[in-house]
Amino acid sequence: MKLPLSWLHDYVQPDIDARELASRLAMTGTEVDRITHHGVPATDNFVVGKVLAAEQHPDADRLRVCTVDIGDTEPRTIVCGAPNVAAGQTVAVACPGAVMPDGTKLAKAKLRGVVSLGMILAENEIGLGPGQKGIMVLDDAIPAGTPLADVLPISDEVLELEITPNRPDCLGVYGVAREVHAATGAPLAPPPWKHDVGADTTGSPPGIEVIVEAPDLCPRFTARVFEDVTVGESPAWLKGRLMAAGQRPINNVVDITNYAMLLTGHPLHAFDLDRIAGARLVVRAAVAGEAMTTLDGQERALDEGMCLIADADGPTSLAGVMGGTRSEVEAGTTRVLLEVATWHGPTIHRTSTRLGVRSEASARFEKGLPPEGCMEAQAVATQLMLELTGARLLPGTLDIKTANGAPMVIRLRDARVTGLLGTDIPRARSAEILRALGFTTTDAADGLDVEVPSWRRGEVTREADLIEEVARIDGVDRLPATLPVNRTGLPGRLAHAQQLRRRAEDTLAGLGLHEIVGWSFAAPDLPDRLLAPAGDVLRDLVVLENPMSAEQSVMRSTIVGSLLDTAAFNRDRGHPDLALFESGAVYRRGTAALPDEHHALGALLTGTVRPATWAEPEPPQADVFAAKGIAEAVLGALRVPFTVRAVERCFLHPGRSGELLSGDVVLGLFGELHPEAAANWGFDEPVAVLLLDLGKAISAAPEVHAYTDLTTFPGMRQDLAVIVDESVPAEQVAMVVRRAGGALVAHAEVFDVYRGEQVGAGRTSLALHLEFRAADRTLTDEDVAPVRERIVAALRDELGGELRG
Amino acid sequence: MIDRIGQIRAEAEAAIGAAVTTASLEELRVRYLGRKAELPNLLRGVADLDPQERGAVGRAANETRQALEGLITSRGAELELGELRERLAADRVDVTLPATPPQPVGRLHLLTATRREIEDVFCGLGFTVVEGPEVEFVRYNFDALNHDPAHPARARSDTFYVDAPAHPDGGEVLLRTHTSPMQIRAMELQPPPISIIVPGRVYRRDSDATHTPQFHQIEGLAVAEDVTLADLKGTLLAFAKAIFGDEREIRLRPHFFPFTEPSVEADVSCFMCADAAPDADRCPLCKGTGWLEILGSGMVDPNVLGAVREHGYDPEKHQGFAFGLGVERIAMLKHGVPDLRLFYDNDLRFLRQFG
Ligand SMILES: [Zn+2]
Repeated sequence: MKLPLSWLHDYVQPDIDARELASRLAMTGTEVDRITHHGVPATDNFVVGKVLAAEQHPDADRLRVCTVDIGDTEPRTIVCGAPNVAAGQTVAVACPGAVMPDGTKLAKAKLRGVVSLGMILAENEIGLGPGQKGIMVLDDAIPAGTPLADVLPISDEVLELEITPNRPDCLGVYGVAREVHAATGAPLAPPPWKHDVGADTTGSPPGIEVIVEAPDLCPRFTARVFEDVTVGESPAWLKGRLMAAGQRPINNVVDITNYAMLLTGHPLHAFDLDRIAGARLVVRAAVAGEAMTTLDGQERALDEGMCLIADADGPTSLAGVMGGTRSEVEAGTTRVLLEVATWHGPTIHRTSTRLGVRSEASARFEKGLPPEGCMEAQAVATQLMLELTGARLLPGTLDIKTANGAPMVIRLRDARVTGLLGTDIPRARSAEILRALGFTTTDAADGLDVEVPSWRRGEVTREADLIEEVARIDGVDRLPATLPVNRTGLPGRLAHAQQLRRRAEDTLAGLGLHEIVGWSFAAPDLPDRLLAPAGDVLRDLVVLENPMSAEQSVMRSTIVGSLLDTAAFNRDRGHPDLALFESGAVYRRGTAALPDEHHALGALLTGTVRPATWAEPEPPQADVFAAKGIAEAVLGALRVPFTVRAVERCFLHPGRSGELLSGDVVLGLFGELHPEAAANWGFDEPVAVLLLDLGKAISAAPEVHAYTDLTTFPGMRQDLAVIVDESVPAEQVAMVVRRAGGALVAHAEVFDVYRGEQVGAGRTSLALHLEFRAADRTLTDEDVAPVRERIVAALRDELGGELRG
Repeated sequence: MIDRIGQIRAEAEAAIGAAVTTASLEELRVRYLGRKAELPNLLRGVADLDPQERGAVGRAANETRQALEGLITSRGAELELGELRERLAADRVDVTLPATPPQPVGRLHLLTATRREIEDVFCGLGFTVVEGPEVEFVRYNFDALNHDPAHPARARSDTFYVDAPAHPDGGEVLLRTHTSPMQIRAMELQPPPISIIVPGRVYRRDSDATHTPQFHQIEGLAVAEDVTLADLKGTLLAFAKAIFGDEREIRLRPHFFPFTEPSVEADVSCFMCADAAPDADRCPLCKGTGWLEILGSGMVDPNVLGAVREHGYDPEKHQGFAFGLGVERIAMLKHGVPDLRLFYDNDLRFLRQFG
């Protein structure tokens, strides 16, 4: 909200400058976004002048050469281009040296050969109105030479306040004044509605009937009627104030409603009473299919649940949001119905959201304004209607209300104040603060009984709310800094799974991979680019209802997409050799109420596995075994025992990919990307990837690793070479060895592979390191020989393997 | 016999002296002292000699063998030394050539590094780390956190909703807009006292230099019977000192959040211009205010505790604080990262700088 400081000063005048006031407000809960200046930066050299003569410029059709008395001994010559300038006018003059609102400094000027010592001002030149009607003509009673600032608000500082949603009362100047009063201690003037010129009349005004059919949507509806209204321009002070507050002046009646709203915080609406068909208004819920044209000229289709005001011809105002063109006050209007009502906040919010209309009125009403505010706004507006439009107030105020807000009293316990804040605030201080904010307090046994004023009733409903009021005005910046006692009985620490996640990430970083943080969002064609067939789990997408773009309209169903996106991004910036990893959630719709989210760990390698050097100009390219190496390192770091088997997965190369298993549980995949999938990201060289379900991998990791005695009875190492059909996976050979060997085989791993003439076509020789060990004795050759025989037999019987050499 | 021994000795001594490699020396050792050599054979045959000859021949042969052994050993040492010198000379390289680098280490992303740094600080302060779902129910994200039904954050212009049927209890499904839903989920699982932080990814419909539609938060929650607003200040002060330096101060400013009452924003004293007087022209970081806004916080609203009343939280008896900080914001402030979007570009030239 834009708050002109001069307006605030009508009600409270703290003895501090705008900057200090802003910081004081910030420290009590009202943030000041910035301090701006409205009008001219300094009032020097702006004076009132009298046009003594205005003659045609000899060399310019559109210019007049004026003789202007500005109170000096001699009148001066000012060249003026406004068509309405005439001798005898009292005008506003800027003399050389004056600084205009845009910062330019006025100088003596020569216009088509005539020296001009100043400028006769139009209202828009100094922020007093929308302008375009030529120069301002002032009241002739003002003497020449009077400083312009004495008669017009030409210079004002404006605080741009960020009003938090819980403080609709601060969306009015007087509400902020009250806040400033509490924050600074400066005295607060009585409210501008204290004296209501319409208060002494009773009953309802004649000539209008109002029916509130939906009292739940309209807790209170008040109206006054004005006759003999002359619609015209508002005076300069009013226009200047509205302009400074960010409102465009329209005409005196509309300006009065805006002014009263900005001052009281409660919106008003003026109807042309003669344009209310049937002189009867009905407040009711809209019916689907109804429509009306709002003041902004838009045709609005209404739906059920919206609240409207209708006359005999149908909807004529969108209640609490915007009036209708049909009953708008315009130039010829003479009879005005001034409506001030309160509306059901959520309905207003829903209506303005649904229609996409956010007005000053709806922004206030959607927070739910107190019914008491109606008469405050009526009082302020009535006074101005009588003063500025020549109107006559018909006796009576129409007032339809379901209930006044019930007074609310809350007990504020001293002990609770201290207990919640952790510092002592004396009861007298609490009472002082609350009274400054408009609460009434009475002493109680253990604290204060606090009555909440109408304008705070919406949000101060509990003791905690009162404590906040006391704390913020007393100053939360003054609180001591203490540490809470840890009463959980537990040390602060990472859970085991969190520690292991860090270990996995650290392992990858230690292996030379850079971590990326990709988007959770993905494009809906991600499964297509990854060659996913119909029904594939990659197609089980979490779809956003309101994405910001098509490219980010679903949640990623695999982490490989963001890795590929990032790899392509960096490749295009001159980095063909990449080793990246990402640790983050992937999302699948699943069948539960909330989608399935699992924490994935993905790695991507492409280009050379390490940088080329003079000693190794051509390092190897990343491939399936590089990815497998990364997998072994990560699972090894987590101490997860695992096995590997070949796998076919849509986005992976069918002959160069595998899955990682712990028992029957698939922990993840590794391999080279399918060339067609890689091509979808512009890669024609191999892209090796590792994808792990980190949650599953961590579940397979031992929480505590128990000691095994490997030194008292050392193992015996032997090698074994076996020739098998080349279709037999190495992992299967090792498994047969382990199973056939039984408990004494501590370790069996393939360390060499040979294919060639010596072993025959279609055959492979695999060499294995074996380690035999027993927990209770040192093994001898006699112990091991029968085990080895069993192994050899099993290899022969199960895999057709023959011993080599 | 004696003469023959003298002859062998003279011949062997000459040959050993002339040997130029350790290999040829080894050949000489075999030739003169090996199993089949003449001198050892003589020695073995001493027993067959006349008793009067036996002593003199034995002595002479033995003496000769020892002398030759000594000679071979010392000559061997000489030759080895020479050969080592030659080998070292041959191994010489140009040490000014470029090194063979070890496999260069990778880096953690700055967001991960910052998140961990913050986690560790709060672990040290007695908090445990919990995590929760990113796709969440309206109930946890807004309703149970005391958000007014008309709260603007609920609008489809501000929050991502998921195309999924509404749940009878949870309501509509959305991408969580903050880590705060875990306040409720954690309290449902653990009765008071509780001290947790919740790191995680959150989403809002916003995109410019200071907003990305996804970003990261760390939520804090401490509830017991006696946790105060002053304790919040102390906790945030400890955090600020750990992250931004021991000289930092914390300033609380009143604010409004639906799920805390009282609510405060926390500022940390600017570390760029700490020694200088605040000056708008001089300090680009704090714009001369001397303070940097780092997070929103407050005392847990009684309505939030009321939402988990059946799990042992009584708004009349329990109280505590909550805070939510932006990981990106902390990282940007601490490392001078100018644009939020850099975090998600993942340009290697950015990634290599941190972690
Ligand atoms: Zn600074």
